[in-house]
Amino acid sequence: MHNSDEFRIPIGPQHPALKEPESFSVALKGEKIMGVDIRLGYNHRGIEKAAEERTYVQDIYLIERVCGICSHAHSTCFIQAVEEIAKLAVPKRAQYIRTLIAELERIHSHLLWLGVAGHEIGFDTLLMYSWRDREVVMDILAILTGNRVNYGMNTIGGVRRDISPDQVQQILKAVDTLEERTKYYIEVATEETTIIKRLSGVGVVSYDDALRLDAVGPTARASGVRRDVRADDPYAAYGELDFNVITDDHCDVYGRTVVRVKELMESYKIIRQVLKKLPDGPISVRMPRIIPAGEALSRYEAPRGEDVHYVQANGTDKPARVKIRAPTLANVQVVKHMLKDRYLADMPIVIAAIDPCFSCTDRLIAIKEPDSESANIFTWPALHKYSIDWYKNKGIDFTQLNKKLEERLKP
Amino acid sequence: MLEFLFKVIVFPGIFFLSAFGLFVEYFDRKLYARLQNRIGPPWFQPVADLIKLLAKEDVIPREANRNMFMMAPVFALTSVITAFLYIPLWKQNSLFSFNGDILVVLYLLTIPTLAFFIGGWYSTSLYARIGSVRSLTQLFAYEVPLFMGILSSALLADSWSLKDITIFYAKHNWLWLVNLLGFAIALVSFLGKLEKAPFDIPEAETEVVAGCFTEYSGRLFALLRLTLDIEMVVGSALLAAVFFPFGLSLPPLLGFLLFIAKVLFIISLISLLRTILARLRIDQMISFCWKYMVPLALLQILVNLFLKGVIL
Repeated sequence: MHNSDEFRIPIGPQHPALKEPESFSVALKGEKIMGVDIRLGYNHRGIEKAAEERTYVQDIYLIERVCGICSHAHSTCFIQAVEEIAKLAVPKRAQYIRTLIAELERIHSHLLWLGVAGHEIGFDTLLMYSWRDREVVMDILAILTGNRVNYGMNTIGGVRRDISPDQVQQILKAVDTLEERTKYYIEVATEETTIIKRLSGVGVVSYDDALRLDAVGPTARASGVRRDVRADDPYAAYGELDFNVITDDHCDVYGRTVVRVKELMESYKIIRQVLKKLPDGPISVRMPRIIPAGEALSRYEAPRGEDVHYVQANGTDKPARVKIRAPTLANVQVVKHMLKDRYLADMPIVIAAIDPCFSCTDRLIAIKEPDSESANIFTWPALHKYSIDWYKNKGIDFTQLNKKLEERLKP
Repeated sequence: MLEFLFKVIVFPGIFFLSAFGLFVEYFDRKLYARLQNRIGPPWFQPVADLIKLLAKEDVIPREANRNMFMMAPVFALTSVITAFLYIPLWKQNSLFSFNGDILVVLYLLTIPTLAFFIGGWYSTSLYARIGSVRSLTQLFAYEVPLFMGILSSALLADSWSLKDITIFYAKHNWLWLVNLLGFAIALVSFLGKLEKAPFDIPEAETEVVAGCFTEYSGRLFALLRLTLDIEMVVGSALLAAVFFPFGLSLPPLLGFLLFIAKVLFIISLISLLRTILARLRIDQMISFCWKYMVPLALLQILVNLFLKGVIL
């Protein structure tokens, strides 16, 4: 720490408040936040590139692993784009099952978020309770799909598993339990004094700012922006279902909590309708192995906000380009705005309030030159040279070996 | 002389205190877990943790002030153990007693916080420094209501000696009931001293990792953990002596069990508060202490002055 009264502390890449590695460098004056620098890229896995190397069917399972929590969101979003290019008519029953899994996923994601939010404000009891109840929906997902996460339910042209009447009863029973518990959480979150003290007035984003900074999902809806892909541009079975888009005008973390717990209630409503209306018929159509050339953009309301996938096909069995815009990328810009003039103690909950999923977000990795504060980014030859020098300093020299290799490779 | 040494070192001194402290940690953790619908740790978990930490290497940051860093936990531990010697446990007299010992106990209980501050500050880690500044800031908020709450009871007894206070309340059977408001204030302030939720601001892990303790490891961290456990016992024993001064002339075994019950009752209140409340922000904590706790403590003092002047 130097002597001026402003100093920087690193929150991340490794920090107890963050569930994934991401770097927030916070300039502090006492407890007050003067500025935040956000660096993404610690979780870059090259999924978009890898998707180009695999066939469409393999890509379903790859893209499902973009995110551990909204896995169904990503795979559905991708598949919708491919189905649009291939002009496949997905059977009604498959649409409904996709919707069902999507809403169950939203429930599990929102309950998980509620627990994380509780932990960030030092209220571990909420974490333990909501994660205990989350097990109910996880069990249902495991019964329906065989997996707790990364369900593997989707396939191009439909879904892979059907739902039996027996399972319908199980889901209805679970939804009843969850609804009762959620009512209790709504009560806790909206009436407990210490929770309200920690949440209200924190991380404020006005309606105009939410539009200007392009917030999505519950973050935007908590600022009064009525934006929900399920209602604006219905996909799967949402067009035939009746539900409300929850908005709130608190514009702060408290509002985001309210939006999420109320969305849980909407999800139960949707699930009941889906199970009631579930049409008979096949659950998938046969997909062609080769997808005709074309391109499509697909939107999907993931638990965290609008997920966008762009797929370009070139008439082979592999996509030419897959572009994923995860909701966190849209929301992470807002975090900087939210933290302005707040206290350090608000930092974890403000970050958590957008329900960040950084591994979905990371699309590139930027390697900076060491020991430099500037944003100098390595060029590829410079990085190559740097690695050779680094090993030379350690006493490992590959130059001789490289020469030998080159000689041997000579024709 | 031998008997005296036994009393200080074995029972009810250091050994008993450490064992009871570890048991209280278990009790607190288990209750906290059960209230949260978890199973919780087995009974030997605190002991196992302590042994594990004692067996581990001490890592001292290169930048840290070595002496200060190593001495802080020792200071903290010795001061809480010393404080215990002046508290009447299951008899009307304590091991040592003189007029004014209640103040000495209160100040001895302040030393750990200062030691944590020094240890955290000299470890030079940024998180530890923020944590130590926070724990010192917090000290200024909870110390006043804590002193006022505890001393209001002494005021009624008209003595600064813990021994005389217990004798006074033994004489006036149900008079301790008027101090219940003072007890509530002292208990809540005591949460700040123990750095437990909702006042665990200095070691809020999602903000400043482990606060003052961030850089501590191995034996030194074991000492700090033990200090916190013992502080919990000593604080609860002090609250029990001042606010629940009944049943002190029971036969030894019964009296001992009653003492344990009193301490565990106070610990369960602490666990309960920890379960149902979220962590406050430091500014909210300070305004809460000065806006609500201090006026309430003043009210308790007024009531006690009135009682003393008019009725007794």
